[in-house]
Parts: sequence; structure tokens; C-alpha cells
Amino acid sequence: MNVDSINNGIVIDHITAGCGMKLYELLGLENADCSVAIIKNVTSRKMGKKDIIKIDADIPVNIDIIGFVDPGATVNIIKDGKLIEKREISLPLTLTDVIKCKNPRCITSVEQELKHVFRLTDENNKIYRCVYCETKANI
Amino acid sequence: MRSLINILDLSTQDIEELITVANDIIANPEKYREKCRYKKLATLFYEPSTRTRLSFESAMLELGGSVIGFSEANSSSSAKGESVADTAKTVSCYADIIAMRHPKEGAPLVASQNASIPVINAGDGGHNHPTQTLADLLTIYREKGGFDNLTLGFCGDLKFGRTVHSLISAMSRYKGIKVVLISPEELKLPSYIKKDVLKKNNIPYTQTTSLENAIADLDILYMTRVQRERFFNEEDYLRLKDSYILEPGKLRNAKPDLAIMHPLPRVNEISVAIDSDPRACYFKQVLYGKYMRMALILKLLGEAEK
Repeated sequence: MNVDSINNGIVIDHITAGCGMKLYELLGLENADCSVAIIKNVTSRKMGKKDIIKIDADIPVNIDIIGFVDPGATVNIIKDGKLIEKREISLPLTLTDVIKCKNPRCITSVEQELKHVFRLTDENNKIYRCVYCETKANI
Repeated sequence: MRSLINILDLSTQDIEELITVANDIIANPEKYREKCRYKKLATLFYEPSTRTRLSFESAMLELGGSVIGFSEANSSSSAKGESVADTAKTVSCYADIIAMRHPKEGAPLVASQNASIPVINAGDGGHNHPTQTLADLLTIYREKGGFDNLTLGFCGDLKFGRTVHSLISAMSRYKGIKVVLISPEELKLPSYIKKDVLKKNNIPYTQTTSLENAIADLDILYMTRVQRERFFNEEDYLRLKDSYILEPGKLRNAKPDLAIMHPLPRVNEISVAIDSDPRACYFKQVLYGKYMRMALILKLLGEAEK
């Protein structure tokens, strides 16, 4: 299957197969005006299978969300048809307004203005906890 | 440190300093009578509490300061829909320090992020209650002379009991600690505390459903109430509320210097007959709580060093 290469934009590559759609949703790409392609189950020498997202415009993308969903992914910035920057992804230390705290006893459940902030508490097991009530994030 | 939200905001050195000040207050109360003159404590209590609110208020009054505040959400602007952040900003204009109790977890943290004065968490739902832990720590220190090499038994509601979670976290930083967890199956200590606190700090622990079998090894027995307000379901509460009741007969095999503690209020989990046993420490715990709150107010207002 062929998807056109892009001239100016972002390619999120090496996404774990199956995570592409979730990343698309969390990045809010359904609201983007430009062309966006999600390519699922692409054959990969390194990973066997992978997903790829191509965004055909230089729009701001929250790298923390990519790190949270799939720290093994890579972000390539394309300008005038050339790769100008390859960004390394790692697990972000905090996540702000990416996921919601689902604890009904948390202050965020009643105060709508509060940002939902999660902190990385266990890097090895990728555990994030709400900074207010310390409830574990459901990923 | 500007505010106290979680007991782990305090290093072991901070705790030592607070204990030193509290012990000095006990020995020389007259030295502290004017320490907070012209200072105001705002007690913002969004849910009912007798003990903690009165403890904070009497602590401030004994330091020569004064107290303003409210004791239920209905008598505050939150009934009109004011956010915790706005209340904290407003009260910062009136008082020098805030003690906040709130039914929602994390509310005191929100207050501390928005207030320009120190905020003390006086209990946020089932989450944290650091000043109760300070009371517990002073009690253990005064009864046992220190924190190392103690076997601590926690009995009752270990699932929802926030005082248990906080005290386990605080004690996990000392040497030679052993923990015995005594509870019904439904109210066992949450596995994340076992993993993140006990296992992480290599603290040996055992779990049992029998208080009688465990009591002989204990230096401290920390009893807890099965709290009606933590249950969504009345049926579960009624089934479990009488799970563990401490009566004189159960102390037969206990050490002569066991310290029996309880964060109070009790319902029926400690028989009144135990009150006259010299090992009963729960009313001393209340008194020590006031002294630790005095020490904490002094520290947060920067008066402790003066």
C-alpha cells in the first residue's frame, strides 16, 4: 500500500502496532484541518509490524502524549521534502490534560477548571498517578 | 517547606525537629504562650470533625494566636459554588496560615497551590491526614523512646484507613521496622501500599485475620475504626463493622509495654475496660496531636527558630 510522502509536516514512525489510533485520538488529530494518514500494520524489519501517522502540515504536536502512549515511537520533522529533525521520545515526567482522573473522590471530579495532572511515579512499570489523589492512571 | 499536604513532604530530620519542639512545649509551655500573638489560623473545614478542628484551634490559642473559619461547607462560600482555589486566595488576605479539611482528595493541594500563606492538610477524604500521623509519631517516640526496631501491628480497616497508610509510609523510613497487618479479607491493606512502601523499603510484613495470634509479638498495636462514611454500601458496613474488638482477654499474651493506639473516634472496637490499662495510649495520642500541631504551626510560620 502506498501513501504519498509529505513535503512539510510530521511523520510519527515506529508506533507499536495497534497504538496508532489511540495516539491519533489523544493528539486530537481528528480536529486537524490538514491531511492526516494513519497507516496500520506496516511491515517493519525491527518491529515486525508497526503503525505510522503522517501529518501533512507543520502543526504543533504534544510530544509528551507520544511519549506517554508509546515511548518507542520516533518523530520526524519534514521540511521541503527533507528530514530536518528526528526527535527522541521518552516517558514524560508529567502529563497535563492528556488523560482524566476517574476517581470520583478526587477534587478534579467536582472542580471543572482544574487541570488533570499526572506524575510518573514508576518509570519501569510506566505508572502515572494523579497529583491530587494519587490514583493510578488507567492506560 | 511552606505547606504540609502529605506526611512524606517532611523528611525524617523535619520530623525530628518537630518532635524536639513538641517535647519542649510539653516541658516549658509558658515559653510558647505568646509565640503566635497577632497571628491568625483559618480553619476551613468542609466536612464535620470535632477532634482535628478543636485540636488545631486549641493549638493556635495556646500559642497566643487567634482562630477564624468555618466548620461545615454549608456555612462557607463553597455552598454558593466558590472553588477551593478562590477560597484559598481570599482567605490568604485574612489569615496567616490555613488548616483545611475537605471531603475531596487533593483539595488541600489545590489550596496550597493558590494560597499565599502556608496550608496544612487536616484530612482530604480517605487520602491523607498528615497531622494525625504527626500525633502518632510523637506518641510512638514518647512511649518507645525512638522509632527503630519496632514491630507495629495495624488492626481493623486497613483498606480505607488513611491514618494506617500514612503511618506505614512514615515508619518505613526507620531501621528494623516489622509490620503485622490484621484485618478481614475485605479490608486488607491495598496492594500498591504493600508494593510501593513495604516491599520497596524491604520491610518484613505478615498478614493475618487473627488479632489473638498476632498480639504477642507487637510493640505497637494500632487499632482502627471501620468507617461508615468510606462505604458506598450500608450492607457491607454493617457486616464488617464488628470485625475486631479489643477486650481485656485479648491482651493476655501481649507484651507488658505494648502501646495501644487509635486515631479516634472509636465506636466499639476498643472496649472501655481497656481505658484503665496502662498500655492504652489513645487519649495521650490526642494530647500529643495538639502539641505536634503547635510545633507544626510554629515551623510553618517560621517561629520555631526564634
